[in-house]
Amino acid sequence: MDIQTWTFIIVGLTFVLYIGIAIWSRAASTKEFYVAGGGVSPLANGLATAADWMSAASFLGMAGIIAFSGYDGSVYLMGWTGGYVLLALLLAPYLRKFGKFTVPDFIGDRYYSNVARTVAVIAALFVSFTYVAGQMRGVGVVFSRFLDVEVNTGVVIGMAVVFFYAFLGGMKGITYTQVAQYCVLIFAFMVPAIFISIMATGNPIPQLGFGSSGSDGVYLLDKLDGLMMDLGFTAYTDGTKSTLDMFMITAALMLGTAGLPHVIIRFFTVPKVEDARKSAGYALLFIAILYTTAPAIAVFARTNLMETVQDTPYNNIPSWFTKWESTGLIAWTDKNGDGKIQYAPGSAIDGKKPLFIEGNGAYGQRLISNTSAGKNELYVDQDITVLANPEIAGLPNWIIALVAAGGLAAALSTAAGLLLVISTSISHDLIKKQFAPTISDKTELRIARLSALVAVLVAG
Amino acid sequence: MNSNLRKKYWQSNLSYVTILLSIWFLVSYGFGILWVEQLNRIRLGGFKLGFWFAQQGSIYVFVILIFIYVRLMNRLDKKYDLDR
Repeated sequence: MDIQTWTFIIVGLTFVLYIGIAIWSRAASTKEFYVAGGGVSPLANGLATAADWMSAASFLGMAGIIAFSGYDGSVYLMGWTGGYVLLALLLAPYLRKFGKFTVPDFIGDRYYSNVARTVAVIAALFVSFTYVAGQMRGVGVVFSRFLDVEVNTGVVIGMAVVFFYAFLGGMKGITYTQVAQYCVLIFAFMVPAIFISIMATGNPIPQLGFGSSGSDGVYLLDKLDGLMMDLGFTAYTDGTKSTLDMFMITAALMLGTAGLPHVIIRFFTVPKVEDARKSAGYALLFIAILYTTAPAIAVFARTNLMETVQDTPYNNIPSWFTKWESTGLIAWTDKNGDGKIQYAPGSAIDGKKPLFIEGNGAYGQRLISNTSAGKNELYVDQDITVLANPEIAGLPNWIIALVAAGGLAAALSTAAGLLLVISTSISHDLIKKQFAPTISDKTELRIARLSALVAVLVAG
Repeated sequence: MNSNLRKKYWQSNLSYVTILLSIWFLVSYGFGILWVEQLNRIRLGGFKLGFWFAQQGSIYVFVILIFIYVRLMNRLDKKYDLDR
């Protein structure tokens, strides 16, 4: 079976699973809608938090960023996980102790101020809308790449699915779908990583594999450093950013991560403060599985790319290269006219994206109009790393389809968490607390569902 | 709980967080960024040690830190009868 059929089957099955869970866990009261009744076990909450927290960027983007920036990419690894430590030690347990539904609730009550509450609501809405739009874009891109539909159609399908279970189940539905989504995404991330690690080094654990040696007895990282320096790059393990840049970017990422509203809200769902702490621990453990694998994938992918393309005649290039070239995410411009690919530092093109023009070059390659002056002939969009990696390693089609389903799980779970923050902020913090304190639980629940609908439409 | 006990509880809470966050700072900003070049002269198998801390070690330590925090705080809650 081809990749597209496999993707239809696997993505379809996961969607059926998510919707089934949503129907099974419908919310009947506002407490169930906002915080899943406050009765989620720490382990389930840990799994759900991990899926909530890991967005399309963690799943699809991060390994690629690290692959093309080497040591510099460490800022994302340390920044995002380190920020989570701040959240778990300094924020989550205290907010849980206060015993309210939302963060604006805490701020409004603690400082006896409705103005402060409104500012918190606006901040939460602003963060959530910006972030949810990015997730939806990720869903659209996966759909368009693998199922041959327009990006916008993909966004609409994704929105419909998320809306369905956020609308029905609220936090309760979202929590249990996120548990399922974590399982899908971690399986989809680890299976190709394990296969590739075995192929590259014989070690099935990617975290150890990228510090091992290949069949030639040379350590993989030493080999990659050597390959890069031969072509004029800085060594992979050294990086190019100054210590001050590394320090400040990491700090910025940490502080931003510690304040993510959809992650904080998750700690209101467990019965006790003790459970809030415990689930924070489980969540980081589950996050760390992906975050320590990503740099391994990065090293395998970069080594693989450099060994495959460097000085290879375009006519002998493997089929994944031309396939991604046809999507415009890889481009080759034969500057010295020798028919071989030369990879060097600097961009092969002027501007951000290659501008393709009609017609093909002497070797059948797609022609571009914005060739740059430097020596580098190869343009690779770093975002394809995770999606292309299984193909580059020659893994079977069902694994490639699985990666697509994993990317969708990562994006949908984050989007659902954010949508809930939006609808809770509107129905609870704005309408119930500010305008109409007398409304019944049932009306509030109806308003919460209605704001989820509005949020989906606005974000889409 | 009277205010004296509450103060003691809060002090232990703060000292736990301070110690744990010092380790948090040391492994990420310290080993992974500030002293990365010095540590890179030491090898851990195929890894340079500084690079390893930046991309692997710091994350492992973070996970351990949170679990230590959970243990310490739950024990503290029990000691002061706050675990309900």
